[in-house]
Amino acid sequence: MARSIDEYLRARFMPHIWCPGCGHGIILNALLRAIARLDLPNDKVCVVSGIGCASRAPGYLDFNTLHTTHGRAIAFATGIKLANPDLHVIVVTGDGDGAAIGGNHLIHAARRNMGVTTIMFNNSIYGMTSGQYSPLTPSGRLATTAPYGNVERNFDMCELVKASGANYVARATVAHARQLSTYIERAITTSGFAFVEAVGNCPTYFGRRNKLGGPVEMVEALKKNSITAAAAAKLDPAEIRGKIIIGEFYRGDAPGYIELYDGVIERAKEAAGK
Amino acid sequence: MISAGNPEAPVLVRREWCKGCGICIAMCPKKVLESAPDGKALVARPDDCIKCETCEIMCPDFAIRVVAKKAAAPDQGREAVRGGR
Amino acid sequence: MAGKCDTRARLLQGNESCAEAALLAGVRFFAGYPITPSSEIAEILSERLPQLGGKFIQMEDEIASMAAVVGASLAGMKAMTATSGPGFSLKQENLGFASFTEVPCVIVNVQRTGPSTGLPTSPGQGDLMQARWGTHGDHPVVALYPSSVSETFDLTVKAVNIAERLRVPVVLLMDEVVAHMRERVIVPCEDEIEIAWRPRPTVPPEDYLPYEAGPNGVPAMADFGTGYRWHITGLYHDTTGFPTSAPAKVDQLVRRLCGKITNHKRDITFTWDEHMDDAKVAVVACGIVARSARRAVRLAREKGIAAGVFQPKTIWPFPHEQVAEIAARVDRIVVPEMNMGQLVGEVQCAARGKCEVIGYSRVDGEPITPEEILAVLSEV
Ligand SMILES: Cc1ncc(C[n+]2csc(CCOP(=O)(O)OP(=O)(O)O)c2C)c(N)n1
Ligand code: SF4
Ligand code: SF4
Ligand code: SF4
Ligand SMILES: [Mg+2]
Repeated sequence: MARSIDEYLRARFMPHIWCPGCGHGIILNALLRAIARLDLPNDKVCVVSGIGCASRAPGYLDFNTLHTTHGRAIAFATGIKLANPDLHVIVVTGDGDGAAIGGNHLIHAARRNMGVTTIMFNNSIYGMTSGQYSPLTPSGRLATTAPYGNVERNFDMCELVKASGANYVARATVAHARQLSTYIERAITTSGFAFVEAVGNCPTYFGRRNKLGGPVEMVEALKKNSITAAAAAKLDPAEIRGKIIIGEFYRGDAPGYIELYDGVIERAKEAAGK
Repeated sequence: MISAGNPEAPVLVRREWCKGCGICIAMCPKKVLESAPDGKALVARPDDCIKCETCEIMCPDFAIRVVAKKAAAPDQGREAVRGGR
Repeated sequence: MAGKCDTRARLLQGNESCAEAALLAGVRFFAGYPITPSSEIAEILSERLPQLGGKFIQMEDEIASMAAVVGASLAGMKAMTATSGPGFSLKQENLGFASFTEVPCVIVNVQRTGPSTGLPTSPGQGDLMQARWGTHGDHPVVALYPSSVSETFDLTVKAVNIAERLRVPVVLLMDEVVAHMRERVIVPCEDEIEIAWRPRPTVPPEDYLPYEAGPNGVPAMADFGTGYRWHITGLYHDTTGFPTSAPAKVDQLVRRLCGKITNHKRDITFTWDEHMDDAKVAVVACGIVARSARRAVRLAREKGIAAGVFQPKTIWPFPHEQVAEIAARVDRIVVPEMNMGQLVGEVQCAARGKCEVIGYSRVDGEPITPEEILAVLSEV
């Protein structure tokens, strides 16, 4: 039967360092509930992160946990998965960590269909370094390094990861925490690379600078600004501009790298035996 | 865990973890929760609780738990673990 | 394979020797990114590792390769990567992570003429200091430096063993000339060499303190997924592995880490010398230059010059003690090297003015010849 999420928390370190109302906590909560529903034993789960507020999550989790360097979590996770394919390797990354400095590792892990689940905690900003713009900061928004408004365009991470070859791609917001948790659950059970973009909120930097109100207002805004993929498909691009499209964008079953490499080992052994 | 008010309350707030963000209070469909003088969540109207678990799921700090669970889990059905490879 | 191994002489290329030695020492994981003049190591391991049930992966860059190596090592595989200058630069941040979090791994740097893209197919020895100080902050690291294909075999095995035993990254610095030359190597059998593994926890998971120093200053390491659920972070951490900024604990950690090298210096220092007993002038050289030096010294002896040669095979930690001892009894030390003077600084530091120290740099992408060194030795 399903476990309690308390079995997965290193309660002695709580309360966590995140600010009051930080969406990262809601995403982590959704992740733990997904793992609990899957009834995964603590020893079988490995959570790897990079650097940033989001990346501080593993310290609070009673799994095999690894807090690495900025942007590189997926590459570390790749080594872990290859060395021990029995582990459920889950990467927790921020929008800066995973889409900027770590973007290359993300697309290549997707292309390889590496057996790693990546949850991107997208708060539209660099939280830990106090509010600079990220590749996921929407155009026009303010940031400490975009005092006149962000002139860059933001990535659509789900389109990017889908195009790169992942087996599972979905997006939800913290205002859709149940749906988010379900997507994460499906991601973990996917063989091959799985990606979930969790759109959250950073009240301290993104919210304050852009005058979006407190945590409650930000969560409510996420709910209001979201539109399902199915609904979006019926509208023309002008109508969905600025909306967050949520839903599952891809579920595939292409063979994963681990499976394919098992085949390499077989062929190599055969060749060596000759 | 420290219960706010009624020890029979279906919902408990772990005050030492609660950061008083107000999310649970705003999201509760039955207005069961209120803000205590120190800003933390308070179970003000336990009898109105429908055990929907929204507060628990939305809390960023793992600080509020619905102890009297409904028979059916609110999260959607379990996925089969396909080895996760 | 086991049981019917015969020690045998094989004609191997330097890079091949490195790859075969790594396999013999138990390396079962390689992640890399192609770069001249190291690529043969990756090519050979892509073929050989899966034959042994190991894993090879060509990552998207050297940053990722280094990260994957650390990940695989944490999950219990002996892991290695190989690169050259530009890639070695990219590996530095995660090499520092491995050093700080004490994850065993071997990084082969087949040097080429730098800086930047430099001369991709020409030899150079410009990465000596980078091997020591390439990543930021105080950190332990070991670097070994072979001068022949046979030494490459031996030092690769030693590199893997030191990495495991001390839980440090070990850099194998190679010269392009050695990497690409073919020489005879006596390949030992598995039971003829020592094979070390990282220390393992002897306590149950609930009592495990992942960063509590063992008797030799090295903590026991549990593989991910074996029931010891520990936390690894590049932040300063205490014996539990969790972050701390308490000054006393910060101080304790960095001192213990650096102490792993200084306290084991004797076990990890390998050197070679010839004609040093009565030498009045010593040549201190590493890698391929040590071979030219050896020849130069023999030629000098024929001319009646009392020359000797000293080759540090362990370049980091630098054998200061031995060089100091040499400085005390010779008149002069000559340091030929294929860079603008990196080794010579270290020799000067060790010599402490007890003898004259003369550097000789060749930086045109060509190896230093015995005749050049002889000429320096002849200028009295
Ligand atoms: C190589 C490197 N460059 C820069 C930094 C500084 N840095 C730390 S966290 C961070 C951004 C984090 O943003 P994000 O990934 O969105 O995470 P968040 O804090 O928003 O959760 C940066 C730039 C670093 N630690 N390492
Ligand atoms: S700075 Fe922003 S992202 Fe970081 S903990 Fe605070 S609210 Fe969360
Ligand atoms: S369970 Fe639902 S009704 Fe009860 S307090 Fe929580 S949110 Fe309100
Ligand atoms: S959501 Fe959690 S932290 Fe926020 S007020 Fe409610 S119980 Fe406290
Ligand atoms: Mg962010």
